[in-house]
Amino acid sequence: MKTWESLRIALRALSANKLRSSLTMLGMIIGVAAVITLVSVGRGAQNQVTQQIASLGTNLLFVTPGSTQEGGVRTAQGSAQTLTLEDAQAIAAPGAVPGVVAVAPELRFFGQIVAGGQNVNSALVGVTADYAQVRNYQVADGDFISTQQVDSHSSVAVLGASVAQQLFADTSPVGQEIKVNRVTLRVIGVLQAKGSQASGNQDDLVLVPITTMQNRLMAQRTARGGRTVSTINVQVDNQKDIDAAIQGIGDLLRERHRVSQDDFTIRSQEDMQQAFQQVTGIFTLLLGSIAGISLVVGGIGIMNIMLVSVTERTREIGIRKAVGARRRDILMQFLIESLVVALVGGGIGILTGMGLSRVVSGIQFSNQTIRTAVSLDAILLAFLVSGAIGVFFGIYPATRAARLNPIDALRYE
Amino acid sequence: MIKIQQLFKTYRIGDIEVRALRGVDCYIGKGELVAIMGPSGSGKSTLMNILGCLDQPTSGTYHLDGIEVSGLSDDELAAVRNRKIGFVFQTFNLLPRTTALDNVELPLIYAGASNRRRKAVEALERVGLGERLHHKPNELSGGQQQRVAIARALVVEPSIILADEPTGNLDTHSSEEIMDIFQTLNREQGITVVFVTHEHDIGQHTKRIIHIRDGRIVSDEPVAEQIIARDVLAGLSPEEDWGKVNGMAVGRGVTQP
Repeated sequence: MKTWESLRIALRALSANKLRSSLTMLGMIIGVAAVITLVSVGRGAQNQVTQQIASLGTNLLFVTPGSTQEGGVRTAQGSAQTLTLEDAQAIAAPGAVPGVVAVAPELRFFGQIVAGGQNVNSALVGVTADYAQVRNYQVADGDFISTQQVDSHSSVAVLGASVAQQLFADTSPVGQEIKVNRVTLRVIGVLQAKGSQASGNQDDLVLVPITTMQNRLMAQRTARGGRTVSTINVQVDNQKDIDAAIQGIGDLLRERHRVSQDDFTIRSQEDMQQAFQQVTGIFTLLLGSIAGISLVVGGIGIMNIMLVSVTERTREIGIRKAVGARRRDILMQFLIESLVVALVGGGIGILTGMGLSRVVSGIQFSNQTIRTAVSLDAILLAFLVSGAIGVFFGIYPATRAARLNPIDALRYE
Repeated sequence: MIKIQQLFKTYRIGDIEVRALRGVDCYIGKGELVAIMGPSGSGKSTLMNILGCLDQPTSGTYHLDGIEVSGLSDDELAAVRNRKIGFVFQTFNLLPRTTALDNVELPLIYAGASNRRRKAVEALERVGLGERLHHKPNELSGGQQQRVAIARALVVEPSIILADEPTGNLDTHSSEEIMDIFQTLNREQGITVVFVTHEHDIGQHTKRIIHIRDGRIVSDEPVAEQIIARDVLAGLSPEEDWGKVNGMAVGRGVTQP
């Protein structure tokens, strides 16, 4: 017998029992819709993180101080004050490290920023003129910090979008004054907003010349006499040169610091990406598996109904066998029936899930906006899983039907 | 045609062993019209089910058309049922909520036959139901349902038609119609027909009666005076003949030469 004959028989049986068929499908619909929706929430979060890290700049390396060890005591990563402005200049020196196009050291701490009657706690970041280019910041109003201002330790500041908004509301801050640690700074520019995302607010900062930061806002010197920086941002000209650049910077710093054991860490943007991807990936997997449970429940619902159906239609099976249906024919009939329920239910579930994830997208949840992303692979997977559930949970009832002895089946009741 | 030797069938129901058949030997030739008779529990239905390849004997051999059937697998038996045997049941066993035409088509689907619709229509016309193609079983009388069942048995052109108490659930008139169809198929197309009955006068419609008791054949005799169903039908008053009242040509498709 041809497969489409089995399909015809199965469809007829399903339409003969519309209420039961649709209730069985409902189990699948809910399961698949839940998987699609929750995975889309996870994927949305993943995309946000990816975008955010990409918005830091392109082909970036982040050099940070390592931990120090004095006697047997090791301090935390990044707590050492081993990186200096001179290190940054050495990396930036033409030909020192292949592939390096720009270097932007920064020195960061948190402080209270006061302007008129307003005050706000924000990140204070000492930077050089290259910082805007390397970290992909655009100036919305006014100017960015110039090399001259860095050289002359100028008392100027560029405000991040959210700090500007908090301190000056809707008036232009350019030309106004702010105070940090009793030092008065003149605002020369405001950055364009980058947006707040999962791993922190990139607009909540105040940029000042790094020299001003080192000399006037927080004076720190290393044991070796250099002025410390907290991170050196290095931009490499393309993806292929990243490994070579990491190697070059490492060699250079080891030589400069005269250490055998690294007192610094170099991470690439990719490393950060991967670390965050891992976290959000686990999150997505968790959501998906919770939803997957309801999918399994839906599958068991199919099996339950198919078993009832086999029992109820024992006589029909007997008649079919008596007129020449082979085991395979009966098996296919019931298998296709459960497959149709699962696939139609899965299909409707996919559409429902896509609809739901649109509804969920944009909902505010503890300061974060939920963004969803329905991905093709999740849809394909859901469809395949539906089919697999149809076969898996259908095979037992179908086998039971196929094994029935014709004479017993005919005598049933 | 049918050759059975030392056929035994033993059932187990709980701890009790039921010996339904205890060594049956029999030969039925091509073109015969045979009735198997016996009281309830005599094993006649068991024998019928084995002849119809619906059940397997415990021991003994069964040759159908020269094929040793007792050693076949499930699927091979299904193929034999499909191609060689047309089985008619006492309770009709039609698929509910399914039209007469679809019911008759069923064996053809499993046979993978072509021109199924045409063959099914022809089979229904042969049993005089050409006007009732799209009726469902619950819209048909018992006699009509049994004729649909006969059409289903006929449609694959089987070499033998087996019927288990085919008139058991029918009134006299319908019974005579069914017998008329069997007699005509046998006479005009040489189809072998074997049926089980416990009604004496239904048995008299055949040419040979095999009596069974306690799982053994006790007698096997030709019928002296065969009843011709068409003559009986002609003698029934027109009022009783609902088929004609309803404007149906009862069995005429096969009875008119």
